[in-house]
Amino acid sequence: MSRKLNTDLLIILIAVPILWFAPSGLKSYGLYVVSLWLVMSIAAMGLNLTLGYAGLTSLAQGAFLGIGAYATAILTAKAGWPLPAAFLVSTGLSFLVGVVLGFPALRVKHHYLAFVTLAFSVVVFLVARNEQWLTGGVYGLANIPRPVLFGTDLGGGLAFYRTVLVVTLALTLVMWWLLHSPWGRAFQALRENPLRAASLGVDIRAYTLLAFAIGSAFGGAAGSLYAPLVEFIDPAPFALSASFVLLLTVVAGGAGSFFGPFVGAFFSYMLPELLRATGGWYLIIYAAVVLVLVMVSPTGLLGLIDRWRDHQSQRRAAAIRAAARPTLASADKPTLENQGAAP
Amino acid sequence: MTRVLEVNSVKKHFGGVKAVDGVSFHVDEGEILGLIGPNGCGKSTLFNCILGQLTPTEGTVTLDGKPITGLYPAQLNRLGVSRTFQLLQVFPNLSVRENLILAGQEHKGTMLQRLFGPRDAGLTVDADRMIAFFKLEHLADQKAGGLSYGQQKLLDAAMAFMAGPRLVLLDEPAGGVNLTMLENLKERLQAINRELGATFVVIEHNMDFVMSLCSRVVVMAEGKVLAEGTPAAVRANPAVIEAYLGH
Repeated sequence: MSRKLNTDLLIILIAVPILWFAPSGLKSYGLYVVSLWLVMSIAAMGLNLTLGYAGLTSLAQGAFLGIGAYATAILTAKAGWPLPAAFLVSTGLSFLVGVVLGFPALRVKHHYLAFVTLAFSVVVFLVARNEQWLTGGVYGLANIPRPVLFGTDLGGGLAFYRTVLVVTLALTLVMWWLLHSPWGRAFQALRENPLRAASLGVDIRAYTLLAFAIGSAFGGAAGSLYAPLVEFIDPAPFALSASFVLLLTVVAGGAGSFFGPFVGAFFSYMLPELLRATGGWYLIIYAAVVLVLVMVSPTGLLGLIDRWRDHQSQRRAAAIRAAARPTLASADKPTLENQGAAP
Repeated sequence: MTRVLEVNSVKKHFGGVKAVDGVSFHVDEGEILGLIGPNGCGKSTLFNCILGQLTPTEGTVTLDGKPITGLYPAQLNRLGVSRTFQLLQVFPNLSVRENLILAGQEHKGTMLQRLFGPRDAGLTVDADRMIAFFKLEHLADQKAGGLSYGQQKLLDAAMAFMAGPRLVLLDEPAGGVNLTMLENLKERLQAINRELGATFVVIEHNMDFVMSLCSRVVVMAEGKVLAEGTPAAVRANPAVIEAYLGH
């Protein structure tokens, strides 16, 4: 257990300096793509909590991305708020809406829950498209400002990318800390066996609502960075298909694995750009990769590594058992003491 | 002697089916009560009524004199009522130690205190003590799903004791467990009963296990209590032999 915690933090420690310096040579389009990757990783991290850890199917993460993006766009472009304040409000708003959306999850599970969240996605999309006074309708909201912090302009491609990186790092650490708290354990219990969890005193209602709300808050936070990243938003990127792609992102990366969202988001948001050179072949290649992945490892890309690690630890356990066997056989009557003492 | 659990004429009807039809019994502090009877006689339904999984059609259940009828399973657990299920119920992707920490953590402080408190809710020591008590030391860091069936049964039982419960209801703890492991389980249950003064109700079909573990036995048949008494008395009761034990 403790060994695994350190691996996660070690990966973060190594990745952050690389991600800080590596893109410095990229042009603005390249910087946009890596920034988008990080932003979508945040949204996928939230869905990974809801779906991967707590086992609640949601087709609404794209809608929460939209709620965060619109809230930030309205607060910064229309009301003139600074981005940090808009970020906190957007995240908090998504949290609250997430609590409300969590209530159906207390009654229905799996496909039925997916349908409920799907309906919610459609409603959010329709509000964004039809409530022109608030959202600008199909014309969207333009001139979303990039942040200026303590007199420093963070609006340049590289500076904004690094801002996104710092926020991503902070949210990744928050998620890590959350998942390794008793709450994280309770979320996993909720996924694996709610009936048994309840019999151990786990408050299923509270944890279900929290899993939804926290996952949604990450979606809102991602949206709040998405708006200044693209500087113009309209309803299209938050349509139902966005929720599907985010779901695919989490599953392809490995639902319930900590870095799965980053791997999945690379797959869903950066690979398309890298495959752009192949022209029309992109979708066919992408579909083929998804098919192979689902067949080879239904637990996602990082699931492959987990499976390998389980295999290793089972082999070690088998070796321990094999070493212990002669001790048992040599005793006339296996007693509790030598069973316990054998390994 | 203190009454821990008191079941008063509990009925559970599913439409016309009277699964439990007016059952009354009590459990005293420190007792190991056996609950036996043929398949389908309503033992598990009765358990589910006591444990808040089902709401009784009629009747009341009290814990230490306070009514607990209709409370949710999680609420009951926090009042000190713990259980195991007939079918194995551990969390396969958590390690043995994590399973045990989970089984105790919801009894520690409020939700916010747990979020900001220690990662293990301060339970690693307790969990390791329980692991040692059930002789699972060499498996502490293994995922529970990788354990043998008998070992998982031990873990399942250990989880029921993590929060230092007042009353533990065990639904067929011996089912599918081999003889060596069974002795181990019985001996551990007796030790917990002796050392912690924990009170048990055990549903079981393995008669040797029940008769050697329990101080008193309640026999159910067709939703009603057929007989009650010491293992020896119950064993000699002609009605019980007719309905369940066989000649």
